[in-house]
Amino acid sequence: MKWLPNFKGMDFFPHDLRVPFMKYKGPAIALSVVLMLLSLTVFFVKGLNYGIDFKGGLVIEVQTVSGGPADISHLREKLGKLGVGAVQIQEFGSPSDVMIRVEQQPGGEEAQQVALKKVQDALQGEYTSRRTEIVGPAVSSELRFTGFLAVFVGVLAITAYVWFRFEWQFAIGVIVALAHDVLLTIGVFSLFQLEFDLSIVAALLTILGYSVNDSVVVSDRIRENLRKFKRMELNELLNISINETLSRTILTGCTAIVVLVALYIFGGEVIRNFNLAMLLGVVIGTYSSVFIAAPMLGYLGVKREWSGAKGTGVTASPPPSAARASK
Amino acid sequence: MHFSPFKQSVIWAVVVIGVLLILPSFFARETVEKWPSWVPHKQLSLGLDLRGGAYLLYSMEPGDVRKDWLENLRDDARRRLRDAKIGVASVGITGGSVQVRLTEADKADAAVKELRGLAQQIGSVLTGTTGTDVEIRKADGGVISIVPTEQGIQNRISNAVSAAIETIRRRVDPDGTTEALIVREGASRILIQVPGLTDTTELKKLVGTTARLTFHEVSRDMSAEQAKQTRPPAGFKVYEGGAREEGALVLRETPIVRGDELSDAQPGFDQRTSEPVISFRFNNSGARKFGNFTKDHVGQPFAIVLDDKIVSAPVIREAILGGSGQISGNFTVESANQLAIQLRSGALPAKLTIVNEKTVGPSLGADSIESGKMAGIIGGLATIVLTIMAYGTFGIFACFGLMVHGILTVAIMTMIGASLTLPGIAGLVLGIAMAVDANVLIYERIREELRAGKSGIAAIDLGFNRAFITIADSQLTTLTCAAVMFWLGSGPIRGFAVTLSIGILTSIFASVTVVRLLVSYWLRSAKRTPRGVEVPV
Repeated sequence: MKWLPNFKGMDFFPHDLRVPFMKYKGPAIALSVVLMLLSLTVFFVKGLNYGIDFKGGLVIEVQTVSGGPADISHLREKLGKLGVGAVQIQEFGSPSDVMIRVEQQPGGEEAQQVALKKVQDALQGEYTSRRTEIVGPAVSSELRFTGFLAVFVGVLAITAYVWFRFEWQFAIGVIVALAHDVLLTIGVFSLFQLEFDLSIVAALLTILGYSVNDSVVVSDRIRENLRKFKRMELNELLNISINETLSRTILTGCTAIVVLVALYIFGGEVIRNFNLAMLLGVVIGTYSSVFIAAPMLGYLGVKREWSGAKGTGVTASPPPSAARASK
Repeated sequence: MHFSPFKQSVIWAVVVIGVLLILPSFFARETVEKWPSWVPHKQLSLGLDLRGGAYLLYSMEPGDVRKDWLENLRDDARRRLRDAKIGVASVGITGGSVQVRLTEADKADAAVKELRGLAQQIGSVLTGTTGTDVEIRKADGGVISIVPTEQGIQNRISNAVSAAIETIRRRVDPDGTTEALIVREGASRILIQVPGLTDTTELKKLVGTTARLTFHEVSRDMSAEQAKQTRPPAGFKVYEGGAREEGALVLRETPIVRGDELSDAQPGFDQRTSEPVISFRFNNSGARKFGNFTKDHVGQPFAIVLDDKIVSAPVIREAILGGSGQISGNFTVESANQLAIQLRSGALPAKLTIVNEKTVGPSLGADSIESGKMAGIIGGLATIVLTIMAYGTFGIFACFGLMVHGILTVAIMTMIGASLTLPGIAGLVLGIAMAVDANVLIYERIREELRAGKSGIAAIDLGFNRAFITIADSQLTTLTCAAVMFWLGSGPIRGFAVTLSIGILTSIFASVTVVRLLVSYWLRSAKRTPRGVEVPV
């Protein structure tokens, strides 16, 4: 491949930097606990703004036939008189697009169909339908149940995996970090009353995957260093491991964020909230694996006698700080 | 860092096959059809949210199925005991079972033996157990109850759902030409997806009626008014009139003939009044039953009942032995046509209600595709720029790996027929970000080894080997999440989970194996300095 220009990338990361993460573990965990409690409080006080998937009801997205801007106040008045309960109307993406939400109708599955017919008849002529969705009472309660179950099972499955691959202390760190990620994301959605629907559950699960991905990379390094520096003080070792993987954590995080920002801006109205949740999650997840999952090991302690060939793969000379510690 | 020629050719073959598989998706269907036969023709299917269409989730009422079954059991029990000459005081349905009271209590054992014949052996493939669908229980005083078992009910519902799916298919897609998807979902639900359809009114009408046609004997002794005040005679029931009919009538509950004995039903016009009617013809056994009945009841009315509502109640002028007839009753041309289709396709075993409905117009779908493309291109470009900036020449290899990753993900989706949805696009883009992570892990590791004083070749080798364990670990955890999403999620979540999982699986090949191969090519021609190879990372 002589034709390919050889050029180095920019290694912008100061590798000699040793951020004393372990020194901050007390305040960091305290902060996270406070944030988690706040999220819980907000969740219990304000609740979540459930989307149609979880709450049931109708959503109708329409566009004006003329292509001009929609007269929302007129629409509100017109649909308010139909006797289908609370109707929410908002602009959606562009002035000619309107999203209409009708609350779940009392009286079972068929009542929803009747309400849809009423709204459609009222819109006839002025608007064309772009999307309709009806979620009946049976399906919405089912989705709510399986949605929360999915997040719960997701956390457990990941924790089991980490336990199996590492040690129980790692699994505890991971489960706390994951609970932290889920709670904080839910907290933000509750605080700003952003719509929480099925796609947000998918986002939460992906966030779990991403966050644990980060934690696993750090844990892997911790395990490797545990084999390499058998006598190093644990906090020191954890700190080195976090710092050594920091460039990767930041670079991968940045790539994910750039991609998600592109999706958020250009991906369209339909998946905007989903992307927002993912963005939030990547930031929170990165924070939690650096500041919670790994430092937790400092409190829990970890087995020091790791089997396996000494220094599987790498036999780097210990960094200056490590050399000091092992003296 | 050595690849045998065989290994190399396998890797490149996979890439080429991937390209061939995604190729058809970039062309119009008509163009693809003209291609030679050895080129793959299958295109990536788009989900309803991208191409527009209707999605209807129907739920079957288990109560209906149970009621129907109990009624059948009751009639069968009565007939069996009559044939066995065992005297019966009463047979009725109470609390989910059929209660038989014998006139002579000492014949109970013989009756139980006779009724055992009603029970059918059913087996469950899932649990591997077998049992009967009903239990016969004997109580004191010559009372015998026929109790459906839980397994029996499940079995009935399952069969009813299968039958309903067949019926719906015959109604919605009689020629098998549309792309309508009609499948079972869970124990008692049916999912119907029709791409391109946005007005679901017709579809709902076609699916929503059970179209259970029955012919009943009309009671001569009692009018509906009388029956409502007192009680209808045993075996009779008050049926409400349909649209034009004068009113309710008292009819015998057990029909003379059922609609499933029809061999044909066609819309037409009455020769005298020229109003729309439906002409029908019974099969042999139906014609015989109907013939026998009309022979004995000349001059009396009988009732044609559709979904428990009387459509018409004509008077029998003469015995109808040929087995064909005509239903009239306030039809329009369209409704006569629809009813004919429904009668031809058979009745639904139970009522179906819509529990979830989604329609997406074609314009919204097109918009979503546009924004998905836009986001994909910009996200992809940003990733490429970032990667090359961070890792130089090796960054270019990583980007090639990303391209292979994208190609293979779409290729596998095309191959297994998974459809691309809007959340799926997000999963695809996210998969790219995850694939980058694999390269970041490898390259950061190489840099680390270089800083630790390793030679270029050793650093590259160690980087790939050591990072692989971490990559596998981190990908497997994400895969765990995707599996949970697929297992518990529905619709959009599943689409997302599928693309994410495929993305993760291909990323190991694309971002590790392919990139490693490229690096090995590069190493062959790399400039050697006295200090070894200068690694451009």
